[in-house]
Amino acid sequence: MPLRRPQALLLAAMLLPCLSPAQQDTQKEIERYRQLLAEGNPAELFEARGEELWKVPRGPKKTSLEQCDLGLGAGVVKGAFARLPRYFADTDRVQDLESRLLSCMVTLQGFKPEEAARNPFSVPGRPSDLEALASYVAGQSRGMKLAAPIEHPKEIEAFRIGEQLFYRRAGPHDFACVSCHGENGKRIRLQELPKLTDPNDARKIFTTWPAYRVSQGSVRTMQHRLYDCYWQMRHPQMDYASEASIALEVFMAKYANGGEIQAPGLKR
Amino acid sequence: MADPMRIRAIMAGDKVEVRVLMSHEMETGQRKDAKGAVVPAHFIQSVTVSCAGKTVLSAQWGPSVSKNPFMHFRFKGGKPGDKVSISWVDNKGERRTDEVVIGGG
Repeated sequence: MPLRRPQALLLAAMLLPCLSPAQQDTQKEIERYRQLLAEGNPAELFEARGEELWKVPRGPKKTSLEQCDLGLGAGVVKGAFARLPRYFADTDRVQDLESRLLSCMVTLQGFKPEEAARNPFSVPGRPSDLEALASYVAGQSRGMKLAAPIEHPKEIEAFRIGEQLFYRRAGPHDFACVSCHGENGKRIRLQELPKLTDPNDARKIFTTWPAYRVSQGSVRTMQHRLYDCYWQMRHPQMDYASEASIALEVFMAKYANGGEIQAPGLKR
Repeated sequence: MADPMRIRAIMAGDKVEVRVLMSHEMETGQRKDAKGAVVPAHFIQSVTVSCAGKTVLSAQWGPSVSKNPFMHFRFKGGKPGDKVSISWVDNKGERRTDEVVIGGG
């Protein structure tokens, strides 16, 4: 009997080096599969539609969005997404991409605020202009490093609010963002959960939204991600482009800053 | 009118490598909407690719092909500057044709 144990150990020692490369291979194969998918990312179709929407005169004022100021001056799209969210003096608040798109649709094109935000998330047969516009603008910062400013008092305030929201547990499940996104190496089924306060994770994840969701057949934006997270936590509904949603984005951006923009990305 | 396709065609050795993204709902006819009514089938049925007037690929598709389909293939006999023309026809008779010039590899 005393022989059993050393034998088992020996067997384990022989197996271990075999198992671990196999697991690495699986991970590598998954990466390769994702790479293949990325070459045919249907988000490109949304970018193309977004570009058209950006340039075509629309709304009661029959103007295009080409003069929209996304933070780098009126009409500058290239690189603008890499500096969002940020404080805007004209609206006197911190805005993310989608909130800013809404502002431009209201001020430049003359839409009523509720009209502009009427269809933020597409359903089959009813595409969303905002998803397409966000894809286009985000794609114009591809390859650049995220550098969202947290300097203006309102940006710092937004960061503090986002921090509170991230850590505060609430609702019938007593959940907070941190319940899923506060530890390394967690996952739901095969989906890795990023630890959003770890720059290594945050830089890889935050910079890939908006993204084409294969399971939903559409581009989804960061606003949709937050809306869905809040639904999954059974918290009250996260309003589109609300102060709370933007505060959470500022909080995430702090840890994601320095990451390379790879939006619009591709997700399951 | 359906949205345009995104086509890339480049030389890969002596072959032409083509990548196409099509914008299409590709409804199977098996899904029901929120009210329980069947969503009518709407999918691409035939795809034809020609290069310099010659058909190089012809395919019959069905409802099992994904939404916004991506197609990737290689063919021999093309050269940089040739035009690759891709057409699809769906089960409602809607059609779309797009062209691209083959680029160097």
